Amino acid sequence: MSVYKPLTGAQATAEAMRQINPDVVAAYPITPQTPIVEFFAEFVANGLVDTEMIPVESEHSALSCVVGAAAAGARAMCATSSQGLALMWEIVAATPGLRLPIVMPVVNRALSTPINIHCDHSDTMGTLTIGWVQIYSENAQEAYENVFLALKIAEHPDVLLPVMVMQDGFITGHGVENVKVLDDAVVKEFVGQRNPDRYLLDLEHPYTIGPLALPDFYYEVKRQQEEAIERAKEVYLRAGEELAKITGNTYPYFEEYKSDDAEAVIVILNSAAGTAKDAIDELRAEGRKVGLIKPKLFRPFPYKEYREVLKDKKVIGVLDRSISFGSYAPVYAEIRNALFELDHRPAMQSYIYGLGGRDIFKSEIKNVFEELLSGNVDSEKQKYIGLRG
Amino acid sequence: MSITTEKKIQWCPGCGNFGIYNAFKSVLEKNIDEGRLKKENIVILSGIGCYGYITNYYDINSFHATHGRIPPLATGIKLANPSLSVIAFVGDGDAYAEGMSHTIHAARRNTDIKLIVHDNGVYGLTTGQFTPTSPRGFKGRSTPFGNVENPINPITLMLVARATFVARGFCGDIKHLEYILERAIFHKGFSFVDILQPCVTFNDTYSFYRSRVYKLEDTDYRTDQYEKAILKSLEFDDRIPIGIFYEKEEESFEEAIRGTHNYFYERQVPDISEIVREMI
Repeated sequence: MSVYKPLTGAQATAEAMRQINPDVVAAYPITPQTPIVEFFAEFVANGLVDTEMIPVESEHSALSCVVGAAAAGARAMCATSSQGLALMWEIVAATPGLRLPIVMPVVNRALSTPINIHCDHSDTMGTLTIGWVQIYSENAQEAYENVFLALKIAEHPDVLLPVMVMQDGFITGHGVENVKVLDDAVVKEFVGQRNPDRYLLDLEHPYTIGPLALPDFYYEVKRQQEEAIERAKEVYLRAGEELAKITGNTYPYFEEYKSDDAEAVIVILNSAAGTAKDAIDELRAEGRKVGLIKPKLFRPFPYKEYREVLKDKKVIGVLDRSISFGSYAPVYAEIRNALFELDHRPAMQSYIYGLGGRDIFKSEIKNVFEELLSGNVDSEKQKYIGLRG
Repeated sequence: MSITTEKKIQWCPGCGNFGIYNAFKSVLEKNIDEGRLKKENIVILSGIGCYGYITNYYDINSFHATHGRIPPLATGIKLANPSLSVIAFVGDGDAYAEGMSHTIHAARRNTDIKLIVHDNGVYGLTTGQFTPTSPRGFKGRSTPFGNVENPINPITLMLVARATFVARGFCGDIKHLEYILERAIFHKGFSFVDILQPCVTFNDTYSFYRSRVYKLEDTDYRTDQYEKAILKSLEFDDRIPIGIFYEKEEESFEEAIRGTHNYFYERQVPDISEIVREMI
């Protein structure tokens, strides 16, 4: 039976990890991810999991260790944030090519410099091109459930790719919410056992992992990797349907909030989507036709599906919590890309907000809608919410 | 001359960082006043940890860098302008975990940089996990039943890595620490000072250290005997020696690769006007 527990996003993630009971977890402290592995260490100490927990000397080692364990056939996990993700980048980039189904919760935090421990999405947006499946979570409940979803996708034989599950640092990670926690036995059945088709240390079927592939084969290996992440799009929906049966929630590519008949729609990731929903409720009460699209699956990116729901909108505002220096902001660029095939495209405006943890307020989101509805938009000019003059 | 800033110090009351902060401040102010150091020629660096704020509290050129990467950064600064005094504050996480290999290579190169380690045996900023210098059995937030790894011995490690100045200080003995820091700063070549420091919140070792430390300077120990220094460094139980273990003058890295030249001051802009004229 499911029970409601007051949990932080980090605790909810640790709870999901406890229920998965991975064989190996490797960790190195990095704010604001640290509580995930601390709560998990408590589970290890209390004998609630059978996990081999290894506190290593750096994040580079943490993911390396998990890669080794996963290659040997284990279910292995780690978690990180910002500078930790940056330090492990070499292995982050290598993992998809190794086709290892590793699930890594990432608690979003601004990248240095300046040094900042608070939330923005510059850390994970920096890893978009290297082949991890990426799922973003609005709150602790989603952060909890998305870990199970991620595991199903990662280990699916059509996919076999690593998956990152994101939540906002401090806002979600350290904020306490009521989280509906599934029954241990139900999760156990849902996640099952990892059954790798091949693994190291199998003396009957020895194989090599990660060898050299020069101009003769590298290209083909990468194309196979690309086909796998393309398949992950469909697997995401199927795994979501399966998960829906035990959670009662749904797992579309993106959440549509009052966007059906909306003239102005904003697109926004993670926790700020919650603030946006409040702003939309108030504007709706005044009779304004406004709505929200909240991306969940960000890699692979479902371009066609976005085009379908956005094609008849009058105007779209995309709010990014990171800058893509020298180009359009990451979420904006994808939405803009998705609409290319349309004959009559909606008007668009790109906004940056919340860098380094700066708060975004309901009033600011309402102002965004006012601006969008007024027609004062320029698809080529980025605007800034809450930036000092 | 005061080298403090108006920035409010954010460490916990009783933090070991205060001892290091005050000792370093006294040494610098004294030597700047007496003309042995030029304030504008000093660069201080810090990495990540509570101690990392230290660069905010001194009115000195500074660079607050990423976790673990201080030695290569300091090496770069020193190579670019060898007339600078490059003094780096690092933590036990920086020096012995994420940046362990950097520490060893900086020592063996004998770059003329000073590494001052805030060694409190715990990750205080992330609230209490064990580090490479936490004793075996250390109970922290990530190891409630005690860690099962052996700690490293930084002094032995640095001796074996051929550091030319190796010392251990204790933040609870500020006068003695001042003596070590002054010697470290004026040593030509790589100076390494590991400072035993409690974290009053997560690893309070004040009384543990205070009851065990004794000064090498109070004994007949000599600092010029390499093998004996290694043997001495192994002593870390009921009695813990603090002081200078070893010092030796050798050619520094920057001297080895560029002699006495300082290209920062000597660089000459080549006259390319003739070439430009031809091209036009």
